[in-house]
Amino acid sequence: MKKYSVFSLVKNALNHHKDWDVAWRDPEPKKEYEAVIIGGGGHGLATAYYLAKYYDLKNIAILEKGWIGGGNVGRNTTILRSNYMHDANNLFYEQGMQMWKGLSQELNYNVMYSPRGILNLAHSDAQLNAYARRGNSMRLNGIDAALLGREEVRKMIPFADFTENARFPIFGGLLQPIGGTARHDAVAWGYARAADDMGVDIIQHCEVNGFDIENGKVIGVQTSKGNIKTNKVGLCVAGSTSILAEKLNMTLPIEAHVLQACVSEPVKPLLDGVVTFGAGHFYCSQSDKGEMVMGGDLDGYNSYAQRGNLPTIQHVLTEGVALFPNLSRLKILRTWGGIMDMSMDGSPIIDKTHIEGVFLNCGWCYGGFKATPVSGLTFAHTIACNEPHELSVPFKLDRFHTGHLIDEKGLGTKTWIS
Amino acid sequence: MLEIKCPYCGNRSQNEFAYGGDATVKRPELNSEISDQDWDNFVYYRKNPRGNHLELWHHISGCRQWFKVMRNTATHDIIQTMEMKENL
Ligand SMILES: Cc1cc2nc3c(=O)[nH]c(=O)nc-3n(C[C@H](O)[C@H](O)[C@H](O)COP(=O)(O)OP(=O)(O)OC[C@H]3O[C@@H](n4cnc5c(N)ncnc54)[C@H](O)[C@@H]3O)c2cc1C
Ligand SMILES: [Zn+2]
Repeated sequence: MKKYSVFSLVKNALNHHKDWDVAWRDPEPKKEYEAVIIGGGGHGLATAYYLAKYYDLKNIAILEKGWIGGGNVGRNTTILRSNYMHDANNLFYEQGMQMWKGLSQELNYNVMYSPRGILNLAHSDAQLNAYARRGNSMRLNGIDAALLGREEVRKMIPFADFTENARFPIFGGLLQPIGGTARHDAVAWGYARAADDMGVDIIQHCEVNGFDIENGKVIGVQTSKGNIKTNKVGLCVAGSTSILAEKLNMTLPIEAHVLQACVSEPVKPLLDGVVTFGAGHFYCSQSDKGEMVMGGDLDGYNSYAQRGNLPTIQHVLTEGVALFPNLSRLKILRTWGGIMDMSMDGSPIIDKTHIEGVFLNCGWCYGGFKATPVSGLTFAHTIACNEPHELSVPFKLDRFHTGHLIDEKGLGTKTWIS
Repeated sequence: MLEIKCPYCGNRSQNEFAYGGDATVKRPELNSEISDQDWDNFVYYRKNPRGNHLELWHHISGCRQWFKVMRNTATHDIIQTMEMKENL
């Protein structure tokens, strides 16, 4: 792989950009691999990358039924944060935040990591108290957090509704200064290029349709490009997890739901951080192109369609306008949807399965993008060592049996309400 | 926008309804021998099919009745709606 640098940029500019190498190969699948990762989203790509980098597995394939970046990794609103209350989440996601810092250098690919801060607004005393508690929990785990009053918030977002008759007045907020965003496509492409450079075969348009199991062990996968032998299979298929799990006779504590997001027409710099509305479910940031990137609730019924309905968009944007009245003047440029693997406690699952050699990575709900590096790292460990990484021990599947749930929001099993 | 046929009120827009989840989940029988696994299945485990899904809806801004809907989760087509006491 030729390194990207300012010099390669200048050199290729002088050549009218005709000599750039392809970022990754387009190989035919081999007959056999040491490990096969199903799903070329962020998590699958990161898993393969760390397997090759730290665990000495060189003969690895990623099988992607569509194209790299076509799933949720290319559909999310790119928010990075570790502002959780439970230790398990705090420690796991904070490891991820630390990894984001150096990711562009590590991958030799600009992932446009931007620690612009994430501000969760409170609209009542009770909510501000709850945020104080959450902030304390973060600080006990060594994660910086600041509780802001109404006036401090007003300095940051003066264009929010601070009038006397605001339906949900702003009482204050919880700020995680190193929260922020990264460029989602660049994360997928960066991991793909770096994994390919270490010899990982990225095979696109290759759908896994079944598994070959012998005596409780996996010996291969059946794909649209033929059968492939392997003794290790990692599932990183996000919203499609239950479909593949069914082929392994597994039922999971997961439901598929569609989440939509939208962007406005681009405008001049207005909002420099990420802001979430606390009286409903709306969040907003501004992309480098100037678009307001906005999202909120699930559509709220089981769905495998990568598109949603207008009532949810309308509902979410009504909240948006309640918070930022000036949004009402903007036109919406586009809306889209992705399929969420909603777990029953809102936390991910990283584990082995009842079949030897088959490993599971799912349940990311709407927060899996920020976990891409740490999910890849811990899942690679699980696959290579056949046991969970210390950071992912709490995310084992048996918590739904033992009762050690990680229900951050205390919402229970109605996944569509979260 | 989904248009859902409430068995009592007829076709109404999605805005009037609240979702109630998988209608095939069964609470273990009262007073019978039940295993932890039965409880796990009831509380947490879902078939989550891609395709036809029998589910509960609540006409919350209408007649406030609960009823069952057979809906395709890949296309969002509503195949059939029925009262709670009815079966397919
Ligand atoms: C609108 C929206 C907003 C979001 N906002 C945020 C956010 O702000 N912050 C955040 O942290 N997270 C966010 N998320 C969640 C995040 O995008 C996901 O949790 C995360 O991307 C999931 O992991 P992934 O990247 O590996 O998934 P994906 O990119 O979906 O990868 C899974 C891949 O598996 C492939 N696949 C499926 N079945 C098969 C098969 N049988 N054979 C081969 N390949 C298969 C799919 O084609 C897909 O490419 C958001 C999601 C959406 C939809
Ligand atoms: Zn009705």
